[in-house]
Amino acid sequence: MRFLSLFNHDSSRIQLRKSSGGIKPLSNKASSLRSRIMSTPIPKILVLPLLQHKGTPAKPIAKSGDRVLKGQKIAEAADASSAPVHAPTSGRITGIGLHALPDEFGTLAACITLASDGNDQAIKTTFTADFQNMSESDLLERIRDAGIVGMGGAGFPTYLKLQSSNEHPVDFLIINAVECEPYITADEALIREHACDVVTGANILKRVTGAKQCIVAIEDSKIDAIAELKLAALNSAIQIAIIPEKYTAGSEKQLIHSVTGREVPAGKYPASIGVSLHNTGTAFAIYKAICEAEPCISRITTVTGSTLKTPKNFHVLIGTPIAFLFDLCGVDQTKLSRIVVGGSLMGTCLPDINAPIIKTTNCLIAGSAEEFTEPQPEQACIRCSFCADVCPVNLLPQQLYASSRCQDYQQADNFGLFDCIECGACAYVCPSHIPLVQYYRASKSEIEKQRTNRHNADKWQARFQFHQYRYKREKKQKLLQSSSIEHQPETEHNKQADFSREKARLEISEAVARVKARRSKLITTSSVATEREDKP
Amino acid sequence: MFPLIDTAYFQILAFTVLGVGIIWLILITFRYLKTESNKQQLSLIDQINALLPQTQCGHCGHPGCLPYARAISHGAAINQCPPGGKHTIQALSILLNQANEPLNPCHGEHTEPLVAVIREGECIGCTKCIQACPIDAILGGTKLMHTVIESECNGCDLCLEPCPVDCIDLIPRPGKQLRQWPLPSHIDVDQHNIGANP
Repeated sequence: MRFLSLFNHDSSRIQLRKSSGGIKPLSNKASSLRSRIMSTPIPKILVLPLLQHKGTPAKPIAKSGDRVLKGQKIAEAADASSAPVHAPTSGRITGIGLHALPDEFGTLAACITLASDGNDQAIKTTFTADFQNMSESDLLERIRDAGIVGMGGAGFPTYLKLQSSNEHPVDFLIINAVECEPYITADEALIREHACDVVTGANILKRVTGAKQCIVAIEDSKIDAIAELKLAALNSAIQIAIIPEKYTAGSEKQLIHSVTGREVPAGKYPASIGVSLHNTGTAFAIYKAICEAEPCISRITTVTGSTLKTPKNFHVLIGTPIAFLFDLCGVDQTKLSRIVVGGSLMGTCLPDINAPIIKTTNCLIAGSAEEFTEPQPEQACIRCSFCADVCPVNLLPQQLYASSRCQDYQQADNFGLFDCIECGACAYVCPSHIPLVQYYRASKSEIEKQRTNRHNADKWQARFQFHQYRYKREKKQKLLQSSSIEHQPETEHNKQADFSREKARLEISEAVARVKARRSKLITTSSVATEREDKP
Repeated sequence: MFPLIDTAYFQILAFTVLGVGIIWLILITFRYLKTESNKQQLSLIDQINALLPQTQCGHCGHPGCLPYARAISHGAAINQCPPGGKHTIQALSILLNQANEPLNPCHGEHTEPLVAVIREGECIGCTKCIQACPIDAILGGTKLMHTVIESECNGCDLCLEPCPVDCIDLIPRPGKQLRQWPLPSHIDVDQHNIGANP
């Protein structure tokens, strides 16, 4: 029996490190997990922003009026930090113009508008589902062409992440299924129903990165998903790390630390320490792109909140208007007070309900006034240091707050403001109801503005100095030229010129001599003539 | 043994040499101190110059940012730079330990980043704007169309005045604008004494 228990003991169990800080807010996840993932019907109008990720916007290649098929590329990557956009369904492009994005500012950005025809006719592709026989570079190329970006919310182009991990050998590939923020259940629902596909996606990623170890990290509260995942990961080299439930356990740097024990240096990417971390949704999108030849045209999005009749997870086409999804769930308009994109702690209010779902939209909350109470008036900081206890990045939130409020940005930067992940744990525990994250965001954007100004000033100064240098140089050259005309050194050309001058002088003198000779001749003949005239 | 040392002449000579040496040392020290203070003066001008926006626009009444920095180091007002706006004035006031003043409206108003655009159909190719541009951000040849390199233009407006056909406009810089989160409206800082250095 001892022998058997030795086998039963999971020798590949991952040693987890305790991460600092964190909070345990109400998860509010149950309501959206009651039903299975529902595929949405095709909306009449789809709005596809050219910028759905971090980086430069894509360049449209389809024109207004074009008929496009499902999966057809309608905008191509402008550069390395850009991702192409594909048509989510068949239809006609009605225009390319400005449309509100699903962010806190309702930013107007260039979007392609597609009127669907309802046929959902897919573009014909030739592909091999067998990724084992494809080369790494082929796989990478396919991932780039599919326009896959980080689906967890940050939207960093996956191709770029994988490429940068090529420079450093990857020891750990981590699939992030922790999803610790309240309300969001998209990843949990995805694993519950498509665990095998996610594992296949992870295997593809493992092949592309050449990682030694592949770990799927999941929170211990997601019991169904863990069971499915264990089943799917049987007979594969994929390990499962079960993370204790805590908010910000699923944040990139915290997760890497608790799983691998390595810390990502400030201002660096995980690739620099040999870790490649991807979201569950990204792994699923990669599976779809490689094994089903379907580019990134849909995603799983949680639509929840107490004002909805049937909150659930949707398999939704990118570009679907948010209002369309709320209509599917049945919103109680009388109770609706606030719409939030993302989770309840890090999400932002949505000003325009007609904004589309984009590749990074993982959750929508239609909250009532009881759910999202009006912020209480801000009180003075009492230095209780609760914020410092819960900060997952070990910063000093009260110091950051004080320097942000005094607009002493240098000080805030020295206190590590840019390491703040804006998780909102500090503001959650603050007994004085100080909107701490707002202060940090304001300071960050101000510092960034100052940095760009400084960068521009340096550039302009350099250009101005070169302008002055050029001006002086040209003046000097002109001066040199004018002086060289006076004291010209003897060159071939000048010799010729001198020669011709000499020749001319000779010619002139000859001519003068001739004229003189002729005149003297004339005088002599005339004198002879007069003598003759005198003779008779 | 050394009869020379005992002579009065030698003593006079020795003391003279010593005196000259001391005076020389003092002079050298003074000179060193003077150059040091000069260096400090220089670095102050550089420090001021580093805070100015380097548009070289001359709105402050000085022919460029470095001359204005020099003037400030000699006591000129710090609130004459419209492109820098209140942030530059604040930074200067901290550096020079002066009172923070509002921008002097005689020199112009602070605007969002601008960029010059040539209405190319109207350009006659006179090259006057090219000569006026302090940072060589305008391209073009004689009797050929000119254009502004948008990424390099600093919106200093020096090209507007020399243009004989007035075909240059200043427009807000297109493209990505930085998202500016507002600082939350809070209780008065002075009322509750919490500074950055408690």
